Amino acid sequence: MAGLELLSDQGYRVDGRKAGELRKIQARMGVFAQADGSAYIEQGNTKALAVVYGPHEIRGSRSKTLHDRAVVNCQYSMATFSTGERKRRPHGDRKSTEMTLHLKQTFEAAILTQLYPRSQIDIYVQILQADGGNYCTCVNAATLAIIDAGIPMRDYVCACSAGFIEDTPLADLSYVEEAAGGPQLALALLPKSDQIALLEMNSRLHEDHLERVMDAATKACKDVYAVLDQAVKEHLQEVSAMLGDRGMA
Amino acid sequence: MAVEVRLPVARKRVTESGLLDSAGHLVCPGDTITTDTGFMRGHGTYLEDEKLLASVAGVVERVNKLICVRALKTRYNGEVGDVIVGRVTEVQQKRWKVDTNSRLDSVLLLSSVNLPGGELRRRSAEDELAMRSYLEEGDLISAEVQAVYSDGALSMHTRSLKYGKLGQGVLVQVSPSLIKRRKTHFHNLPCGTSIILGNNGFIWLYPTPEQTEEEAGGFVTNLEPIPLSDREVISRLRNCILALSAQKMLLYDTSILYCYEASLAHQIKDILKVEVIEDIVMETRQRLVDQEG
Repeated sequence: MAGLELLSDQGYRVDGRKAGELRKIQARMGVFAQADGSAYIEQGNTKALAVVYGPHEIRGSRSKTLHDRAVVNCQYSMATFSTGERKRRPHGDRKSTEMTLHLKQTFEAAILTQLYPRSQIDIYVQILQADGGNYCTCVNAATLAIIDAGIPMRDYVCACSAGFIEDTPLADLSYVEEAAGGPQLALALLPKSDQIALLEMNSRLHEDHLERVMDAATKACKDVYAVLDQAVKEHLQEVSAMLGDRGMA
Repeated sequence: MAVEVRLPVARKRVTESGLLDSAGHLVCPGDTITTDTGFMRGHGTYLEDEKLLASVAGVVERVNKLICVRALKTRYNGEVGDVIVGRVTEVQQKRWKVDTNSRLDSVLLLSSVNLPGGELRRRSAEDELAMRSYLEEGDLISAEVQAVYSDGALSMHTRSLKYGKLGQGVLVQVSPSLIKRRKTHFHNLPCGTSIILGNNGFIWLYPTPEQTEEEAGGFVTNLEPIPLSDREVISRLRNCILALSAQKMLLYDTSILYCYEASLAHQIKDILKVEVIEDIVMETRQRLVDQEG
């Protein structure tokens, strides 16, 4: 295919980034008053909203109750207006069901669920604008929302995608780069301990290249961590300055 | 119909306004608090590789050898003796389940309520069948925490005439950390309204009842229409409480009353506007500081 040149000879990508560069990340915590925790994040043009409710009593069927830890309930959805083509996605969309499952696995690994027996934690994420790296943006948004809700976690969960084009590993793929059909890797990392919460790969990649792509994704995750940590610290300072140093009960 | 259009205002960043002073030791999940093994692990922390790490974002607190991290916003953690307001979610055998903004629903046992007919009444099987006639799903109650179970669930009692079913009024939900712990959480404000400040962040506003002793054990509610003037006062108080909680001010009788008095210059609906909130909360804060001396 004589398509787009995804990586120029000078080493620049379609949107002007270098191979290991992330898109601009902007984040805000505590966007809703009603939810226990909420966050909004933009990674380039990918925008996601996450809300967390809980821990609370198990709603619906009692049979889901776990007696030694909390149930993590996730729901991933995409707004009708999030993609170029307007599309109504009723519940049970194959792709969202898979994404929901991945999110659940990711956060069960990170949240200290054993502290809340017989309870349930709800995580709802919605993509408002899709421009590549939807899963990663959702994980980052949900992490911020969980921190906002004051739910104990082992560590941040930072996620970032990576690809492999023209013998170069690229970090944080945009929609154009994803659509080119090369190998794609999504990594959710606990950056402090270097533990992997979730790793997923599409299409084929030669074994010899895997390590390089993994390294690029790991580095990108740590960069994401630096940005998220900054956002959390700012939020913390802002709120604790408002509260002053009076002894809250 | 008149429509008011207001322009968006940029959010004030506290970081820019230079308000940041010694905010204490702030940590985020995964941060190492100490590598010293001589400390005890408290809430909001966990141990890994002989290091003490934070599991929530918040302020580190040390009491002798115990280290805790207090999150800025959490669900309600009950303590025995707390006054709480809650909503009945389920009627079970011999107990009601009550939503109290806690991490598990609280229980109100049939044996820990005052049934009509005096304190010494025996509870029979008929009482168990008639539970739904006393309290049903959706009813609001005020109660006191009697015990905390090992899994964190609360057991409550209403064995006093102060507690019981709530009738006509308005419920306001705020963060539990904003409620100041006082000797009493029931207040009759001079503006003709009573208030119950639940420790769980549920606040109940209702018109001050004319005569207080009732024989029904608090299960019969007065359904007479409330005069407009009382309803206006309640709405104003509700908006004042929301204003105070938006500015993260501690809620107790004096702060609410001062805010109410500061708001009298504005229309009730205007109290929800950001600029008016800043105005009246500033005035309230100033009066509280002046009073402290």
